[in-house]
Amino acid sequence: MAATEYIVRTKDVVKVFTLGDEKLRALDGVSVDIKRGEYVSIMGPSGSGKSTLFNAIGGLDKPDSGSVFINDVDMAQLDASELAYLRCHTIGYIFQTFNLITVMTALENVTLPTIFAGTPTDEGVLRGMELLKMVSLDHRLHHKPSQLSGGQQQRVAIARSLANSPSIILADEPTGNLDSKTGEEIISLLRRLNKEQGVTIITATHDYKMVDVSDRVIWIKDGKVEKIQNREDIDLDLGSMGGEHDHS
Amino acid sequence: MSEQSPATNGANHPVRGPNARNKQISLPWSKAIRIAMNSLKIRFWRSMVTGAGIFLGIAFFCYSGTSYLLQHPPADPALMADYVHDHNRELWLVTIALLVCTVGIMNSMLMSVSERFREIGTMKCLGALNTLIVRLFLIEAIFMGVVASFGGWVLGFLGIMLTRVVTLGWNPAFHDVTGKLVATLFFGCILTGALLTLIAALLPAMRAAQMPPAAALRSEV
Repeated sequence: MAATEYIVRTKDVVKVFTLGDEKLRALDGVSVDIKRGEYVSIMGPSGSGKSTLFNAIGGLDKPDSGSVFINDVDMAQLDASELAYLRCHTIGYIFQTFNLITVMTALENVTLPTIFAGTPTDEGVLRGMELLKMVSLDHRLHHKPSQLSGGQQQRVAIARSLANSPSIILADEPTGNLDSKTGEEIISLLRRLNKEQGVTIITATHDYKMVDVSDRVIWIKDGKVEKIQNREDIDLDLGSMGGEHDHS
Repeated sequence: MSEQSPATNGANHPVRGPNARNKQISLPWSKAIRIAMNSLKIRFWRSMVTGAGIFLGIAFFCYSGTSYLLQHPPADPALMADYVHDHNRELWLVTIALLVCTVGIMNSMLMSVSERFREIGTMKCLGALNTLIVRLFLIEAIFMGVVASFGGWVLGFLGIMLTRVVTLGWNPAFHDVTGKLVATLFFGCILTGALLTLIAALLPAMRAAQMPPAAALRSEV
């Protein structure tokens, strides 16, 4: 695979939702470039289009126009099985609502992507145990999601997202359903993965604690990129942003 | 460099690369069967409720069907009018039974699959192909359809025989009950039940599998 500098690029992405007679431009020509190994946060208030951008980057929804490139490949050109392959091997997803499969144990949830990838069962189970150990849940292997706390469920989801060693992790409001202390643990876990394993992390969030660990922050407002800031530029503003937290 | 060129370059393509052939998403039938059975087992009570809909529908169908098939034209032509009347009523009952069956099975399967749209969306995010998802639901539906229909056949047949023993007496009740009749009922019930269950499960499962994952994840029941 060609090691280009940019792992994700979007070009003039437009997504329109029709609500009754009204047309809502959730994304209105968004172009962003994300470098390999970066930790990028997409920030913006609710309804700003960040989740829509997340879905477009992750190939979970088709944009109405514009292109999304993963590793320089235009996602619109992939057929269903190539998209499935991409979701299986290249991208790991983490959601606000965890989205674990409720009838499966923690270990089965983490192992499922390895089954889709065609990994032999024993190898997949070992990989699952190793990943759950990494997120300190090796004592909860056979618990169902309903028997785990929110933070534990999110850690299972993180382990699952890593099952097939993806190069990108997409996290949509990963701390949204967690209390602030648990949220911080999840953020530092993501940061650790980014540092230690070189995984590119892209999060859609309105948690300001995420800013602190991000290399870059893409601010989205009304479906447009408002500004893109590097971490060192944002540190100066952190004090003033703390007060805005409740508005988001 | 144009935007399109890297995509058409096979060597750099993450999916269409040189090893594309052994880079297929796969789910062997054995694993699919295990996952589907596990899913039925873990949702035991939910599966039982869905299964009960199929079971009772098929029992009613079997009951009225047996009754219909066991009718014979009378030897005395004077009784012919009564027979035709009864015959039409029985036929009507079988039709109603089939309708109740169809609606009941469709309803319970549509609900039980719609409840799982999020699960389908999640599986797609993890890299499942549409066909894999449909395969899981196919296995579950066939298993549930066959088992519940078998139960329905047993209950319906026992029910009609009990009714006949009580109303006609022991010997006349079993008159005309041939192996062929029992076999016809058996296959008729199992096929009807399994086919209806399969159609009712596959329609929503295929629809959900074809949705973009984001849409399947958004859906709430």
